This record gives sequence, structure tokens and C-alpha cells, in this order.
Amino acid sequence: MFTFEEAVYKDILHIDDLRIHKGSMTALIGESGTGKSTMLKLMNHLVSADKGVIRFQGTPVQDWEAVELRREAAMLSQHPVLFGDTVKENLESGCRFAGRPLPSEEQMTHSIQQYDLQKELDDDAGTLSGGEQQRLALARLTLLDPPVCLLDEPTSALDEGLEHEVMEAFIKHARKKQKTVVFVTHSRSIADAYADETMDITPFSYKGRKINE
Amino acid sequence: MNNNIIDLTIWQLAAAYVFILMLLVIVKIRNIPRSKEILISSLRMTIQLLLVGYILIYLFDNPHPLWTALVVLLMITFAVWNIFRRVRSGLDKKMKQIIAVSMAAGTLSSLIYFNVIVIQFSPWYEPRYFIPIAGMIIGNSMTGVTLGVQTLTEGMKDQRHRVESALMLGATPKEASRKIVNQSFDNAILPTINNMVGTGIVFLPGMMTGQILAGVNPVTAIEYQIAILLGVTGAVSLTVILFVQNAYKVFFNEKSQLRG
Repeated sequence: MFTFEEAVYKDILHIDDLRIHKGSMTALIGESGTGKSTMLKLMNHLVSADKGVIRFQGTPVQDWEAVELRREAAMLSQHPVLFGDTVKENLESGCRFAGRPLPSEEQMTHSIQQYDLQKELDDDAGTLSGGEQQRLALARLTLLDPPVCLLDEPTSALDEGLEHEVMEAFIKHARKKQKTVVFVTHSRSIADAYADETMDITPFSYKGRKINE
Repeated sequence: MNNNIIDLTIWQLAAAYVFILMLLVIVKIRNIPRSKEILISSLRMTIQLLLVGYILIYLFDNPHPLWTALVVLLMITFAVWNIFRRVRSGLDKKMKQIIAVSMAAGTLSSLIYFNVIVIQFSPWYEPRYFIPIAGMIIGNSMTGVTLGVQTLTEGMKDQRHRVESALMLGATPKEASRKIVNQSFDNAILPTINNMVGTGIVFLPGMMTGQILAGVNPVTAIEYQIAILLGVTGAVSLTVILFVQNAYKVFFNEKSQLRG
């Protein structure tokens, strides 16, 4: 799905050779500031590599129409943003951004239940805690339904028990719909539990990878 | 009514400077370091208006399309320069171009419509009408665009993460910055809307006051004022929408990535 060939971004990241396969669940793990988020942004083409080539479906990302690529490989930032006043407006916003038909109320209710978000669609999104906002963002992405999901620490604000519960729900859904998922996590146990492949990212380079048993 | 005009003598005019003296005393007593600016501002205002007065006398006595066009061009140029000066954050070349083009296109098209359709004076370049109307339209548009530029640049800076998060989900730059663009437009036109609300109750507009003091029938002065306020509202809206609809693009590169 994605390939990196001698890709360099500033002094932050240097990836010689990397392949992310279609339908795989990949975890990026490493200390802060090692370029994990940057790697997702390179795939989402939110930033461009200084050297080397990054391909998506065989085509260099710079040859894709950027907005089109992002609709295929959508990204979720670590700090979720509210796009609207109510839970409903936030759930609709992803589809609105991508120019897709808005989800039905039934789909929206199902998506928030999927991530154990005990809220009504008309509730004020501004009152949600950090963890609830992260779950709302995951629900929004689920409704957007892109083939590739790039997640930057999607459950960092949740306690461990809920973190596993939410990740399990997301990965289960992703596997069922044969999605490709790349997620950044600080938790080795989350990576081990849900990723097919875990990549250790070290400063200025991508060091190696480990195939999970 | 024209017989009632009081011609101000030089001494009467000088007496009005007592208000500036009063201000100077206040800032001196309160130890506010503003005396120099107050003196320079009042001096500049006096010299500028005296100069304009003599220029207007010449223009009114010698109406010519070229002179009228030149004055309007100078007004727009000065207004654009003033916007560049008043916006604190650095403006790049592209942004300056958009400001200049929006100001020129927005004010000139409004001015032509207003003069030709609403006021219908003849000849079209009659400086007695053209120049004061142009001044009001250009001046208010300048204030609107200045507010628009400030809100847009600050919004794109402060809400960078929000814009980026929308891009990540596949939003176009236009969609990702829609909220900031709308805020900029709203902030820019708000003073004009407030102006309409307060007119006649909170204050009497400058043009109408001037006309009444100069002996014009208040009803005529009010008719002109209504037309001018509507014209100014239209011009500000048009100029600002032209600006914001183009200016947000400056913050993105050709790959729909946020710059800088």
C-alpha cells in the first residue's frame, strides 16, 4: 500500500526501505520526537519528503492530488479537534470534509456506541473530556470509512483498560472491512495486541522491524 | 438655509485646539508618554486637511476626468499602503497583491454602481460628488480589509492545528479554512453593521452633520446619508469578500499543505 525508498525528512526521519501492505495493521513505536507522527504526515502528504520516494498504491505521493490521497489515507491527529458544537456535527464533519453523503442518525449512534461513548447526538461536544473527544474522533473516522487509516496515538488520553477496549473495537472493524491501519502508540502492549507488524522508530532513522508472533 | 452658514474665523478655529491642549494636559498629568504623537497627529491632520482643501478648490474649479481618476487612484494607493502599515504581522508579496487587487476591484466597482445608478450625477467625473463619495467608500473598505487581514492571519496562526486536522481527513484548503474565513468576513463587516444600527440615535454621521452645518436641508442630508451608508456597506462587503476568498489560499502550497 505504502512504500518508502530512501525517504528523508529534515533531520527527523530517514527511512531506507519500508513496505506497508494492504490490509495490514502496523504499529509505530518509539520515544517522543523520533518522527512517528512525521511518518504518518508523510503518508498523508501533509508534509513532503526532502529526498527519496514515498509511494501510495505504486504512485509517488507527490503525483497524487493531495486532497484525493488524504481521502484514501485519512489521518487522525493525537490531539482531537472539535468540528462543530454538537456530537452529531462532529460525526458528520469527516464526511462533509471529504465531500461524501452524510451518515444517518442510526449509523452515527452505532458508531459512538462502538467506542463506548455514552452521549446523545445532540449533546454539546465542548463538554467532552480528552478521552471522550478521542473516541468521538475515532467514531468520525469510522463513519468516514477510508481504505487507509493513519492514527497518531488515538487512545493516549484513555486509561489502559478502556484503551484496549477502544483499540479492539477499531481494529476489529478495520479487519472486517479489510482496511490498512498504521497507528502510533506509546504502549508496547497495545502494539503487541493489535498490530501485525511493529516498527521501532529511533531518532533520525527507522531502525528495524519486528514481525509479531 | 444657506444664509445661516457660520464662516469660522481663524480665531474660532484656533479656539478648537483647546481640546488638544486639554488632552496634552491629561497625558502629562497622568504621565502617559503620548504627547509627541498627539502633537504630530493634530499637526498632520491640520496640514493634510488644509492641503486637501486647496486641492479640492482647484479640482472643483477645473473639473477634468483625468484629475478625478488620479485622485481616486491616489486614495486607493494610500489606503492599500495604510493597510500594509497597520497590519502587525508581516505580509508576504502575494498577500499584498491580493489586498491591492481586492481594494481596487471592490471599491471601484461599488463606486461606479453608486455614482451611475444611485446618485446619477453628470458629468460622471464631477469632482464635487465623485471625490467625497470615493473617500467614504475607500476609507470604510480600508478599515474592513484591515480587520479582515488581521483576523485571517491570526486565525490561520492560532488555529493551525484545526486546519491541519481537517486537511488530514481530506478537506480541501477552502473547507479547512472556512470557519476562519467566515470569522474574518464577519469581523470586517461588523463595524459597518454597527454603524447602521447606531446612526441617527447614538450619533449623527459625519457627512450628514457636515451637510447640515453647511446649510443643507436635513431631509436632503439624510437621504444622502442613507444612500452613502448603503453604498459603504456594499463596498465593504464586496471588498472584504474578494479579499478573504482569495487570501486564505496564500496559507497553502500547491500540494494543499499548510505553509511554514
